[in-house]
Amino acid sequence: MILVWLLLIPLIGGVMAWMFSGLSRWIATLAVLIDLVLALQLWLSHPSMPIQPVQGTAIGAGLAWIAEVQYRWIPLLGASLHLAVDGFSLLMIVLTLFIGLLCVWMSWHDPVSREKTGFYHFHLLWLIAGMVGVFMAMDLLLFYFFWELMLIPMFFLISIWGGAQRKKASLKFFLFTQFSGLFMLIAILALYVLHGRQTGLYSFDYTELLGTTLSREVAGWLLAGFLLAFLVKLPAFPFHSWLPDTYTQSPTGGVALLAGVMSKTAAYGMLRFALPLFPEAARMFAPAMVILGVAGILYGAKLAYAQSDLKRLIAFSSFSHMGFILLGIFSMQELAYQGVIIEMVAHAISITGLFFVAGMLQVRLQHTQLDAMGGFWEYMPRMGGVAMVFVMASLGLPGLGNFVAEFLILAGAFQVHVVWTVLASLGLIASMIYSLVILQRVFHGKSKQTLTHADLKPLEGLVMACLVAAIVWIGFFPQRIVRSVQPVVQQLKQIAVKQNNSAADYEWVWNDLTLFK
Amino acid sequence: MDVFHLLWLVPAFPLAGFLILALFGLRLHSRAIAWIGTGSIGLSAILTLWIGVHFLTQPPANYQYSLTLWTWFDINGFAPGIALYLDPLSLVYIFVITFVSFFIHLYSTAFMRSNEGYVRFFAYMNLFVFSMLVLVLANNLLLLYLGWEGVGLCSFLLIGFWYRDEVNGYAARKAFIVTRIGDTAFIIGLFLLVKQFHTLNIQDILQQAPVVWSAGATAVVWVTILLLGGAVGKSAQLPLQTWLPDAMAGPTPVSALIHAATMVTAGVYLIARTHVLYSLAPAVQLLVAIIGLLTLLIAGFSALAQHDLKRILAYSTISQIGYMFLALGVGAWTAAIFHFMIHAFFKALLFLAAGAVIMAMEEEHDIFKMGGLRKKMPVTFWTFLVGSGALAAIPLITAGFYSKDLILFDAFASTQGSFWLWLGGFVGAFITVLYTFRMVFVTFYGEQKKPITHNPEEEKAMMIPLVVLAVLSVIGGWIELPHAWAHFTPFSDFLTHVLPPTNLKPDMESQEFMLQLLTAVIVFAGIYLSWLAYVKKPALSASWKNTSLGRACHDFFYKGWMFDQLYDKLFVKPVVWISRIDPHDFIDYIYEGFGRLNVLIHAGFSRTQSGYVRWYLLCIAIGILFIFSLILFV
Repeated sequence: MILVWLLLIPLIGGVMAWMFSGLSRWIATLAVLIDLVLALQLWLSHPSMPIQPVQGTAIGAGLAWIAEVQYRWIPLLGASLHLAVDGFSLLMIVLTLFIGLLCVWMSWHDPVSREKTGFYHFHLLWLIAGMVGVFMAMDLLLFYFFWELMLIPMFFLISIWGGAQRKKASLKFFLFTQFSGLFMLIAILALYVLHGRQTGLYSFDYTELLGTTLSREVAGWLLAGFLLAFLVKLPAFPFHSWLPDTYTQSPTGGVALLAGVMSKTAAYGMLRFALPLFPEAARMFAPAMVILGVAGILYGAKLAYAQSDLKRLIAFSSFSHMGFILLGIFSMQELAYQGVIIEMVAHAISITGLFFVAGMLQVRLQHTQLDAMGGFWEYMPRMGGVAMVFVMASLGLPGLGNFVAEFLILAGAFQVHVVWTVLASLGLIASMIYSLVILQRVFHGKSKQTLTHADLKPLEGLVMACLVAAIVWIGFFPQRIVRSVQPVVQQLKQIAVKQNNSAADYEWVWNDLTLFK
Repeated sequence: MDVFHLLWLVPAFPLAGFLILALFGLRLHSRAIAWIGTGSIGLSAILTLWIGVHFLTQPPANYQYSLTLWTWFDINGFAPGIALYLDPLSLVYIFVITFVSFFIHLYSTAFMRSNEGYVRFFAYMNLFVFSMLVLVLANNLLLLYLGWEGVGLCSFLLIGFWYRDEVNGYAARKAFIVTRIGDTAFIIGLFLLVKQFHTLNIQDILQQAPVVWSAGATAVVWVTILLLGGAVGKSAQLPLQTWLPDAMAGPTPVSALIHAATMVTAGVYLIARTHVLYSLAPAVQLLVAIIGLLTLLIAGFSALAQHDLKRILAYSTISQIGYMFLALGVGAWTAAIFHFMIHAFFKALLFLAAGAVIMAMEEEHDIFKMGGLRKKMPVTFWTFLVGSGALAAIPLITAGFYSKDLILFDAFASTQGSFWLWLGGFVGAFITVLYTFRMVFVTFYGEQKKPITHNPEEEKAMMIPLVVLAVLSVIGGWIELPHAWAHFTPFSDFLTHVLPPTNLKPDMESQEFMLQLLTAVIVFAGIYLSWLAYVKKPALSASWKNTSLGRACHDFFYKGWMFDQLYDKLFVKPVVWISRIDPHDFIDYIYEGFGRLNVLIHAGFSRTQSGYVRWYLLCIAIGILFIFSLILFV
């Protein structure tokens, strides 16, 4: 029942915020805060899930949920309102609500959201609800429903409260995600029909569909359908071209949820649905996906360095980091899986921090052009300090969450792909080169203009302090996350790529180069 | 025994200092800032002393002590901890780090007083000391890497401390990125170790390595090369040495602490810490020696041509770390650590004294615009002279003699040593004397060229560290006497619990005295030569500089053997060029193209809907004609 409340609170809160526009910020705060407390309490009370002994050979046999509800929805089609969470889902829900709360607070003084405040918060809360739904839907039709539900408020957030080119950006975003989502729908329907024909039981239920036997080609096509939706949303190379426009044109609150959480729904979708449903096909696709990941890391870094606009730079840095997630998922190693999940949380926090800094600068300067910035440390040392923390997180400084994540991803990937991992490691150098631009061109150098009372306001300070605390906490105590997602990782481990142990003679370096023989 | 449980406090004090300064610093009075910043290090130093005394009198079992604070993460048995490890090697390091840091912090309280950003300075410095202590106390390589990157961050922040000047920002960026290149090699080495051992615990790896790997196995060669990559980056050795001279853009205490005494010797620590691996890869160990030798010569020649007092010292640091690498390369592990310690004393001293000189000269760095400071700044002069003597290794009376001489002897006499390695080090020693005393004579002798406005000798906080470090630069050497005289070697005996003793070729000890005599001769010859060229007959050096060959050499050495220019052409320009082409992402054009195509098609079709009946009739007629012709002719 608590799961239903987790969904309903932001939905109702959204409507209330719209109705009582004057109080909308308080209503939004209250709704998200209550939701966060509920989710956090549930997550904290299950520090580690007992890993049930695997019965049967099917992947996912022995999945244990912390909470689960199932209501009739469309019994004729075999679709139900099946909501369930394990440690992984809950972690993502807590993350969504945490970032969501900070977004509400961050847009408190934002003049952009002063117009139609109630309507703004309605969209923000429905967006949060959509994402929470994505993380707990265990019925594929329901998953698709939530997947689309988060799209619509996001579209309006950009097209109503966005920057100067918001119309084009929101349209581009909508077309890319909508179009790719359709392929997922087709794949879901196909899987539904195939499974129904085989077993006589027509159902969209995740646990039901898990063991479906499919021929190689069919599984490949279906996985491709799912992956297309996820790769676009992540985004991965070469499906990323909606990202810079959308990220730069979004209002600050929107972009944090977009870059921080919505991109993680794609990674979640891969780990929860794509890989377990089509393990064979995933193994087949793995080398190509690894290469796309590495290409994304390096190409994203190159693009980030070339930008002259702060928000575009951060947007491309986010794209680059998504390459690590893709690489980690498809290297199919336990270390890498854990790394991916930590990266999902850590990157969400660090990118939110960076976009918040960019947003605060935009409010103060009315622009985000790097050429017109410089020397701001003098006027806003506190903001410079927090910006430094997130820049360092972005370049993978140990002690902050992203380092643990990226180390685990690369160490895991290295077990099976030496050459690609080494190339991906060059991303560590590249990320330093572009990340320092943020610090040095914005806060260092000669100041070109005088700002007064520009440093963090109390509420902004609170928001940034929460983010800093979170990223440091993950950097030193990631074990809390590792333990709570253990069952999922155990499930995914069963589809691991076979590890080559001939370390002594280094044949694997060459195996790596001849992936496609 | 229980005092070892307090080991975590050694890094915790500076961390606490950093946190207090970072969170509340903007509201604190400068006196409070100085007390917190320096006091935190002082507490660490006292605790280190206490732990050290206990360690010597009641050593823990096997001379090692581990303290696990918490498990960082545990994934299927791969569980690096936030765990500290104390043995003689880390004890020597934390001793040097805390004490030298304390005196440099004390010096900074006066030196940095007139600067804005006083609190920022001490916050960064405390964070640095914390990171450096974590680096040397870590029991696993992942935590070591945390310290490793942490000191890199602080180095970056402190080089760019005066952030308004873009030159400083550039130097900071350069240091951070160049060392990151080495660090990336380092971390790939860690991936390899994880793959092989499923752990990063240093002692576990060192125990298992000889079992798993035979000597010269491919894997161990790769691991050692990759770790060496990290070491040369951090320790500014060939080919990643270019960042250190530019790093002098930071405040002088930073140069003394980070870029002379502690951080740049982290590479030496790393190799000594993983010495078992290097022993398994003799080829790589030889490479370490060769890198050290080449670096010490290249940097030595570069130091000869510099005008900037701090750049002379920077090249000198690179050169002296080259000696440490040479020692590591010939298996003289304890000699390398001994030279690290002595070098930390005298190089920190030289930088601090140089800072006082530069302060007196109102930020003038060029030694040829100074001169004659001997009388006006007696304390600075005498301490600087002691430091220079140690750097030049003046026999018997300076600590530098004992440490450098040991390295030269081992380079010759160790089973991995050779005549050529010794000769290179010997030539390097001569050059060291030349550039050292050139610096001394030009700065302190001759005519005074600039008046002193504010004499830093009035600052007690600045002079006390100079005197203390000068004393250490003399007596520090007495804890390890040459084999030829006496078997009094408590320092290396202490370290032998961690590091294997140097294997000497048979019948070498008799030759040590001869080598020492040779060294003594060139030291005095070098001093005489510099005196001749820069005090007695200054025209001599000037006339040499005016020959075309002289000028070419001078330019070449002045620019650090043109490495910057080379790397600029090879790496920097191409990277910038690549980033400049296509900043707007060609892939976007493909999708935009789709969009345009759709709009175009849309426009085409919408034009057919013109509203003219005659146009519709025409279209129908053409259509009918088309269909009929299909039916008739196909």
